[in-house]
Amino acid sequence: MLELILFYMAATIALVSTILALTRVNAAHALIYLILSLLAVAVIFYLIGAPFAAMLEVVIYAGAIMVLFVFVIMMLNLGEKGDRREKKLLNPQVWITPVIFAVLLLVELVLVLSQSAPAATQGLISSKQVGIALYGPYVLAVEIASMLLMAGLVGAYHLGRRYIEEGGDS
Amino acid sequence: MDGVSIPLDHVLLLASLLFICGLLGLMMRRNVIFILISLEVMLNSSAVAFVAAGARWGQADGQIIFMLILAVAAAEVAVGLGLVIQIQRRFKSLDMDDADRLRG
Repeated sequence: MLELILFYMAATIALVSTILALTRVNAAHALIYLILSLLAVAVIFYLIGAPFAAMLEVVIYAGAIMVLFVFVIMMLNLGEKGDRREKKLLNPQVWITPVIFAVLLLVELVLVLSQSAPAATQGLISSKQVGIALYGPYVLAVEIASMLLMAGLVGAYHLGRRYIEEGGDS
Repeated sequence: MDGVSIPLDHVLLLASLLFICGLLGLMMRRNVIFILISLEVMLNSSAVAFVAAGARWGQADGQIIFMLILAVAAAEVAVGLGLVIQIQRRFKSLDMDDADRLRG
């Protein structure tokens, strides 16, 4: 029963923060809400018995991919406009809602972890099972994903190359 | 997964609602960064559907597809943000409607 309540809470947080993310004017604020939405989805993954997916969601989605967005936004808004935005970010009404949602998610996670038996014991899929399947029947998919990432790397380098050679924004 | 655990329907409903949010954002916003964010939301919602279905039948396949979606999202974001920088340099704005001409 507890996990159902926690699921609906996490689902509400995910939906609300996604809607807030897509309706912000400032891209930095939108990113904060998007990261929150991804963390809520990670909690949902944990609750439905996919701890490995939950971990990947936090580390790669909320960590690595969102940091790329943050870097590009930092590269684009420079100068006094950026400074003024930075000052506005310190204003509590900008960050209080994300902080409340994030604390709620943390409370949920602590509640789930403090239960003696994991919430979804029957449906739990361990990372071992995932690894065996990944390098067994799906090994071709791993190769294709590696080629895709290589293509992405080359494409990103090609698009950013002139920017690097000409020494930043003109 | 039975009885007390989370019903698959509700997870799929959440995934479709997230997808609709992403699609609406993609169609309504004209800022390139927000278009990329909407694409991320849509990819993420499909990942939710895959993981939920995989967990429902106790198979690891859903999480493997989730990892492939992660790889797709990473590659898409890398190229997309490179394009954002080029658009900003060329048109001095992030409005998609400024970049509506294909030129060789």
